Amino acid sequence: MTTTTTTVKSEKEAQKDRSQARQKEMIANHFKKLARAKEDGKKVVYTFVPGNLAELISALDMLPVLPEINALQSGMRKRSGAFIQEAEKAGHSEDVCTYVKCDLGMLKKGNIGPTDEPLPPPDLLLLSYTGCFTFMKWFELLREEYKCPVVMLHVPYQAGGEITQEMRDYVVAQLRDEVIPVMEKVAGKKLDMKVLQQHLALSRTAEDALVQVWESARHRPSPIDGYFGGVYYVGPIFSSFRGGQDAVEYYKELLEETNDRISKGLGPMTPDGVMPKEKYRLVVEGPPNWTNFYDFWRMFSREGATIVSSTYTRVGGLYDTGFRHDPDKPMESLADYCLGCYTNLNLPSRIDLLEKYIKDYQADGFLINSVKSCNSFSVGQLLILRQLEERTGVPGGFIESDLVDPRYFGKANIENRVQSYLQMLEARRNGGR
Amino acid sequence: MEPTGGAPGRTAADPAADVLEKARVLAEDLALNTVKAWKQKNPGMLAIGHLPVYTPRVMFEAMGCLPVAVFGAGEIDIIKGDSYFQSYICHIPRSTVELGLGGQLDVLDGMVFPSICDVIRNLGGMWKLMFPAKMSAYLDLPQNFAWGLGGRFYMGELKRIAAETEKRGARPLTEEGLRRAIKAENARRRALAELDALRREEPHKARASEAYLVARAGGVMLAEEHEKLIREFLAAARKRTGRPMDNVRVVVAGSFCEQPPLGLIKTLEKAGCDILEDDFQLGLRMIDGDIELKDGMPALESLARAFTERGRDTASRYVPDDTKGQALIRRVKECKADGVVFAAASFCDPALLDQPMLEHALTRAGIPHTSFKFAENTGQFQVIREQAGAFSDSVRLWGGQAA
Repeated sequence: MTTTTTTVKSEKEAQKDRSQARQKEMIANHFKKLARAKEDGKKVVYTFVPGNLAELISALDMLPVLPEINALQSGMRKRSGAFIQEAEKAGHSEDVCTYVKCDLGMLKKGNIGPTDEPLPPPDLLLLSYTGCFTFMKWFELLREEYKCPVVMLHVPYQAGGEITQEMRDYVVAQLRDEVIPVMEKVAGKKLDMKVLQQHLALSRTAEDALVQVWESARHRPSPIDGYFGGVYYVGPIFSSFRGGQDAVEYYKELLEETNDRISKGLGPMTPDGVMPKEKYRLVVEGPPNWTNFYDFWRMFSREGATIVSSTYTRVGGLYDTGFRHDPDKPMESLADYCLGCYTNLNLPSRIDLLEKYIKDYQADGFLINSVKSCNSFSVGQLLILRQLEERTGVPGGFIESDLVDPRYFGKANIENRVQSYLQMLEARRNGGR
Repeated sequence: MEPTGGAPGRTAADPAADVLEKARVLAEDLALNTVKAWKQKNPGMLAIGHLPVYTPRVMFEAMGCLPVAVFGAGEIDIIKGDSYFQSYICHIPRSTVELGLGGQLDVLDGMVFPSICDVIRNLGGMWKLMFPAKMSAYLDLPQNFAWGLGGRFYMGELKRIAAETEKRGARPLTEEGLRRAIKAENARRRALAELDALRREEPHKARASEAYLVARAGGVMLAEEHEKLIREFLAAARKRTGRPMDNVRVVVAGSFCEQPPLGLIKTLEKAGCDILEDDFQLGLRMIDGDIELKDGMPALESLARAFTERGRDTASRYVPDDTKGQALIRRVKECKADGVVFAAASFCDPALLDQPMLEHALTRAGIPHTSFKFAENTGQFQVIREQAGAFSDSVRLWGGQAA
């Protein structure tokens, strides 16, 4: 087994696909637009990734800011530790979500975004309360800071394992009676349903392409990494770009790259270039660590471990079970989108989905990265581990870290666990137990 | 001998000693012997457990069920429960699982998991998998309080859970049954309000640690019986002749889900705090005032409206307007408290995320406050006693400037 601790390249030195470069440019442009928002007369909406209403925001010609994305970007840029400490100095508990503290710390330090440009304050906090209670507290905290309007969209939880008509009706009624009127008031214009439908149609096109990219991992070797690479793949569709032409172009290019790798029998792009040999196929549950993202990725890629599917990449929309935004049913499909995000699924449904991924993608194993910050993900993961092993016979691994608090990423400890886990898979493959 | 002030209920002659002992046995009944006895007396009737914070117990009573509060397991050793949760998860899910796997909850026919946080929500999903033969219902309390939106949704939730409970053998939910149960519930609520008033006005007669036991005992009782117990305590406590102590008057906030150990509450009292109000058993006080029954309005709508229109501000409930902390300040003023003690369970996201906002609101209002964390199985109180003592002294001496 090779060691992964030598000559770790920085993020800047990591090799990237064309689509990644395109995405970087898209993001840079978006943050430039945000920096100019006030002078351009654009209204700014802060909102969350799961259950985000990107099409509504763009149909009203507003610009979204996603605090989770800012937090994870701060993590990747090694700034989150200082931001978190800033929030803790201001009285926030060490026990709570580090995304929240990172965002509050960033705000207290001038709200400079990931591209080093200032982020505009929100004209509206659009609280899509989907799959995470902390979101509610987060925007209550931001409301204290910004003193701007907040509109809440309460998305019921899929406790029974399905979206019922009552749930859909409730979400649609809130959209119709509260969310859209408040957004229209802030935007200073009425929602044009035809424009919304155009955005929804563009979403659907991008979603079709993304699903093809996900499903390419059925190939051996998998041409994609569905977790570490996957977080790049979902970047545009989870954030500011869903419903726009840029996202359609991005996913077209991503799919072309993926198909090109399939035709050449190539594995996924990793920080060290194309993975030379696929030795292990894994499914991962739980968000990644962002403070040491590339170290974390290399712990797998340098051992020939490809993540063929993951659940984190479904938090902003679960498309590979069939959902698509539908221009013919705009409100209903926005509701179903919000209701269907991964963290809005109950625990039995999450286990069913993981089991499906393990089987569909012929995984050798599955790994749970349990993050301290996120109770929505983490509570129940040890039961998920047991249940999945029982149902599939595939061995599971369990590691712990955090989203953006560098104090909770024990590199040596995690690396030891990952290596031991992969050694165990190797031993099983060779007939050992 | 009558208690001579400050700490009644500790001598044989204390008029409240018997009722307090009765309450203690009920409050500490983790084996649910009371529930077993109730089921023996009422063959075929269901006992339905519920997690904190708020579940409309009255609906289950209307269906002939005994609602049972499952609010953790205090200081018992956790062996199996710990293997299901990471170290950074709060304590109540692990003690609940411990009780479940240990068989103490076998007497329950179902469990209700109200939507208060991600932990209790996911615990509901775990329950479905771990105890598949039992009813496991998630109650999605609305966060939108407009009647035509959240109110309507909530009515649907109540009907759904009532139907699920009926399928398990409960009596159907009828208008007449619900009205009767609401009347009993309102009577209990008035008794609780009287108890709260006594604590505020004569805290030396009814201490928080005693009110806690009396309130928590209601977790395994029907409202009507609980009302009798509260009134029995009230009658006894009013007979006490102790005199007020030179304590500071505080409100305790943040303990609405995982319950602090009784020893911790007593520690605060020993440190010189009269706890005039708290959120320890918030579910019983979640609605301000009565559940109003009106002619022409279905009782279920009355119940739902009581929550959407008069639900108490707490961390698990969205505060739509920019009034964060105002409800707490109002309570502090109403009970003429000197300050606030924040006591949140470790790793309790709602309480701990809420706390800075509440602290800022109190600071702006010039109300002193202090904070600490606990777990339901916390066994060492010395540090808390010193902190609370310092807070109490500083409030007494300097009006909280040094707090």
